[in-house]
Amino acid sequence: MIEIGLGHYLSLGAIIFFLGIIGIFLNRKNVIVILMSIELILLSVNINLISFSIFSGDIVGQIFTMLILTVAAAEAAIGLAIIVIYYRNKGSIRVEDIHGMKG
Amino acid sequence: MINNLNILLPEIFLSLSIFTFLMIGVFVKKSFNLIFNLTSLILILAIAMILNSPSYEEKIFLDSFTRDSFSNYFKILILISSLFVLNSSKNFITENKLDKFEYPIIILLSILGMFFMVSSNDLILFYLGLELQSLSLYILASIDRDNLRSSEAGIKYFVLSALSSGLLLYGCSLLYGFTGSTNFDLISNELDQENIGAVFAMVFILVGLAFKISAVPFHMWTPDVYEGAPTSITNYFAVVPKVAGLALLIKFMLIPFSNILLEWQTIIVFISIASMILGATAAIVQKNIKRLLAYSSISHIGYALAGVATGAISGYESAIVYISIYVIMNIGAFSCLYLLKKDGQYKENISELSGISKKHPLLAISFLIILFSLAGVPPLGGFFAKFYVFTAVLEQKMYSLAIIGLLTTVISAFYYLKIIKTIYFDDSVITFETVKNKTAQVSIFLSCSILLTFFLYPSILSNLVNSLFIS
Repeated sequence: MIEIGLGHYLSLGAIIFFLGIIGIFLNRKNVIVILMSIELILLSVNINLISFSIFSGDIVGQIFTMLILTVAAAEAAIGLAIIVIYYRNKGSIRVEDIHGMKG
Repeated sequence: MINNLNILLPEIFLSLSIFTFLMIGVFVKKSFNLIFNLTSLILILAIAMILNSPSYEEKIFLDSFTRDSFSNYFKILILISSLFVLNSSKNFITENKLDKFEYPIIILLSILGMFFMVSSNDLILFYLGLELQSLSLYILASIDRDNLRSSEAGIKYFVLSALSSGLLLYGCSLLYGFTGSTNFDLISNELDQENIGAVFAMVFILVGLAFKISAVPFHMWTPDVYEGAPTSITNYFAVVPKVAGLALLIKFMLIPFSNILLEWQTIIVFISIASMILGATAAIVQKNIKRLLAYSSISHIGYALAGVATGAISGYESAIVYISIYVIMNIGAFSCLYLLKKDGQYKENISELSGISKKHPLLAISFLIILFSLAGVPPLGGFFAKFYVFTAVLEQKMYSLAIIGLLTTVISAFYYLKIIKTIYFDDSVITFETVKNKTAQVSIFLSCSILLTFFLYPSILSNLVNSLFIS
């Protein structure tokens, strides 16, 4: 049996974080997927904070996590609202179609 | 307890007025004008409150909130600039049917977020302030919701800004883990160059901050958002969040990262050089004046960062002087855009500016003053801003940074002068209407007169900024 320590949790956090970033840059289809990737990034931060908090015996990290959860919810709400108004104007939310301005 | 609340007075006042305005907006029909005027009043009262507060340093709520002359200066700069931005754009807002009562309320919310940002002494408060500001800015960018370009600006700003917040937050979590605290002072004690994890965290935090002030290589959103958002919002974007972002950057160098200044400095020197070069070269080919101002703001942030990159108090002072004069110039430049109207439509193309010197000589001369000042021509205000920055950079013997800065100043002078050539020497294509917009004219007048008379007493501003660092 391997003892699961701080390093394992941090690697899990790092993997999820990079999955989120790769999701944003490789995704060429749908803006909703970008929204999900952003949530992944925030969740990986939460994993980091909670594991640091548990292993150092300091409660502040867990408080920070609660606040991040709230902010993530607000961010998702605003993001979805912006996607809705974009869809009304354009009729599509494909990432390839978002290029009205260039230069 | 009551004493503690006194320190928070401007913030409490702002949040209570936001609640009240939301109630007024719900219960009173067509309340835009009422709320707009009340917002201006609130901003003025908040300035008075901050001016009234004592200037010594006080920390409350487990040292997470500081009130000192540094944060007070930035709060007043934020309030004054948003007051001018709001009032000069009022005609634009009503004519473009943006006169919803939420508009001034969301601006107040973002100001509240910036207040917490510049006062924060703790990672949690800093993050919450930053998010309150950026969430309000997402909505502001897409406030013209029936316009495709505005909603596209909103979507682009949202995706990239949320990504940068995520990076910044990851940095915060690592910093918390490797130093064991979220308090800036404690972090500063724990940090040193051997703490590799924390140096890694610093890079993430710097990426997030560089994004907020649109420094290269995190500038990709700036031209698109500036072009797509309505001009009144672009004006706000170009001025107020930059002030708060720069204040945070300086604060991070002063307190939490003061022990790993060398690592931090190398990155900022790179960002500063890249911003100056890209801002100067990419602006040459632009045809839309809002896009051009976006690139111009990128290069100006590059100069301000050159001051920050010195890592010395004199450098921070020069950066603060720079951003203050930048605010004055940009308020003037955008106010000019509110006077360019033809058949009820506001024009944004540079080629359409041709020949306004004949019909509107006053507008042309204000454009001339502001553009010369942006280019840094002596004896205007913009020259002194650059002069202070380069003096501070040379004091620290960073010669390559100074030389690149001077070269890019010359390149960027080219496109400012090109606009002046269009205004004065090209044949007119369209004739603009005479616009009656008192507040925009007053803003232009104030901005031009400050820029013109700045050389008489340049020491007023630099002495004021100097006093921020003596505690």
